[in-house]
Amino acid sequence: MSEHRVAVAKTYKLYVGGAFPRSESGRSYPVTDHAGAFLANAAQASRKDARDAVVAARKAFPGWSAATAYNRGQVLYRVAEVLEGRREQFVSEVRAAEGAGADEAGALVDAAIDRWVWYAGWTDKIAAVLGSSNPVAGPYFSFSTPEPTGVVAVLAPQDSSLLGLVSVVAPVIVSGNTAVVVTSEERPLPAITLSEVLATSDLPGGVVNLLTGRTAELAPWLASHADVNALDLTGAPEEARTDLERAAAGTVKRVLRSPVTPEDWTREPGTARLRAHLEMKTVWHPTGV
Amino acid sequence: MTDHTVWDYAPAPESRDLANLKPAYRMFVDGEFVEGTGEPLKSINPGTEEVLAEVSTAGPSDVDAAVRAARRAHEGPWGSMRGSERAKYVYRIARLIQERGRELAVLESLDNGKPIRESRDVDVPTAAAHFFYHAGWADKLSHAGFGPDPRPLGVAGQVVPWNFPLLMAAWKIAPALATGNTVVLKPAETTPLSALVLAEIVAQAELPPGVVNVLPGAGDVGAALVGHAGVDKVAFTGSTEVGKLIQGQLAGTRKKLTLELGGKAANVVFDDAPLDQAVEGIVNGIFFNQGHVCCAGSRLLVQESVAEELLEKLRRRVSTLRVGDPLDKNTDVGAINSREQLDKIRELSAAGEAEGAERWTSACALPDRGFYFAPTIFSDVHQSMRIAREEIFGPVLSVLTFRTPDEAVAKANNTPYGLSAGIWTEKGSRILWMAQRMRAGVVWANTFNRFDPSAPFGGYQESGFGREGGRAGLEAYLDV
Repeated sequence: MSEHRVAVAKTYKLYVGGAFPRSESGRSYPVTDHAGAFLANAAQASRKDARDAVVAARKAFPGWSAATAYNRGQVLYRVAEVLEGRREQFVSEVRAAEGAGADEAGALVDAAIDRWVWYAGWTDKIAAVLGSSNPVAGPYFSFSTPEPTGVVAVLAPQDSSLLGLVSVVAPVIVSGNTAVVVTSEERPLPAITLSEVLATSDLPGGVVNLLTGRTAELAPWLASHADVNALDLTGAPEEARTDLERAAAGTVKRVLRSPVTPEDWTREPGTARLRAHLEMKTVWHPTGV
Repeated sequence: MTDHTVWDYAPAPESRDLANLKPAYRMFVDGEFVEGTGEPLKSINPGTEEVLAEVSTAGPSDVDAAVRAARRAHEGPWGSMRGSERAKYVYRIARLIQERGRELAVLESLDNGKPIRESRDVDVPTAAAHFFYHAGWADKLSHAGFGPDPRPLGVAGQVVPWNFPLLMAAWKIAPALATGNTVVLKPAETTPLSALVLAEIVAQAELPPGVVNVLPGAGDVGAALVGHAGVDKVAFTGSTEVGKLIQGQLAGTRKKLTLELGGKAANVVFDDAPLDQAVEGIVNGIFFNQGHVCCAGSRLLVQESVAEELLEKLRRRVSTLRVGDPLDKNTDVGAINSREQLDKIRELSAAGEAEGAERWTSACALPDRGFYFAPTIFSDVHQSMRIAREEIFGPVLSVLTFRTPDEAVAKANNTPYGLSAGIWTEKGSRILWMAQRMRAGVVWANTFNRFDPSAPFGGYQESGFGREGGRAGLEAYLDV
């Protein structure tokens, strides 16, 4: 009889500033699969973890926003490459998290990989599509160019643990923003595994920070944080949305409201999410000799 | 120090009669001028403190009636009209503003206090230009990059400030109409007159009743309007303080919101800048419209090596500015819009002195009556002082210094605002380097305070969100 090998179980931690810390609070919470069986303990991030994540995101912003669009495109494409290489692992995690069948989970993972490719191609086209040269009535050259908003707090969808997550994170970082993401509360494990992909794809530390834990606990701190420029409410608890929007008003954050009807993450995204995290800058200079 | 002469000018007043001032103005709802149920207000000429006219204001039932009229117009003729026909209505408004340009300019200077030279050369022509520009979009929206058939939002509730009463109304109404929305506009409490003449123009242009409604009144009317359940879109230009209240008020609704709020723009002068040209730009940046400009260049950042020389030139130039009768064509700086605003400017200037900044105020003569404030420059200003952090919204400039470009960027961006910024240097690569790093929605290089309907305008951070003007500005009024 061959001896049964004991598998090495993974400790799921947070992803902040390119590192994998536990919650400073020392808290964790049990994560179960779709049928209720125990999968792992996830770190339960605290207010302080959220603030650390904002600090990391702010620190990463100057470098990432100043990186060339070509460079950002290659990094995003690299994420797709590394994700593809770990496809089977994600299929199994999405199956466990969402209770999807093998084919369905496979399709979701494929769509998530393809979404990175789609956004990778956007980095160097955003300015051409959305920017403009302005034909002003005077002896001036005027142009407008889209720029990233800054640090974006993202409440990731609660249902779609990988494709939904990728669909809200990629449009934030594609243009040079940095992100603090609160993952799906009940289905956080694919997000943490995704952070391993991000960490090995040349994405600078701090560009994406992932927090697992209680959305309702973390969201108010991010909504009112003065160094957060925008808030994506996609995965916000229904009953908390109004309060979160009100808190965001305290520093005039850009708020992306949760959709009226649940989003179909398998559809081609369009540019609405990408545009939501941009500022238009108009520059003027006189012409003359 | 330097000898200079201020030349005497004979008064050259524009005729007040051109304004066709009426003793009473009424609100405009559903195509009719009607009495409002609110307490009437008296609009004051801030240049003389005389009452110009009595204006009826809206009560809660009037807000409701106006929103319902706008809804009917949207669901009726305006919503189903082809873009090509809508365009012609908006073109008509542009032409009528041009035709009644002198009247509007004089009225604006009477009601607001701004110099006639500015209302005549900037406010009125730019307002006409905004309607003319946006009219052309009405039948071309499918080419604007928002999909094959972008739809309007419905009824837009719009609240505008007192600093550019007609121009801000144009910035709001023109894109809303071009994209197929209907409008309920609330002009500012102290400057309702030009918006009501614009309503006359809308009537002369024969727009269907309810497409444009104008409700004069104070902040309570604005709050009732933006909070009305029948409003789909809210656009506000005004203070950051009120902008935050409105954003909070709209929390939990599906109303689309755009905000154009306050600013504390850095105007950065490098040692290689042509200083005389920079001085003109600095003066335009902060003394244009008495400094009642959200994008005013109110924080002057000067490279240390030229600070003394620049300050001397600046004081000499500012001492020649003529402050006085807004209707005089020689006037450079007119009246402060209200006693309340004058008190605020005085209070912040006193804070500047108390906090240790060095105050220089032009020795120019001020009229005996009316609200006036002599152009003032504070030097030795530090970033922690209130006059370096808070929007003064008056003819008061705070001067700080820097040594390196990195320091200039850090100081320029050290503000919760982010509306505009200025750069003065002869070096092209430095202009672009600075323009990339300054977190502001509009960057003027070797110029300042330029506006055009084709150039998107709006803020970063607490200066608001959304853009006005250009292709980008259409998004604020489309369901995309």
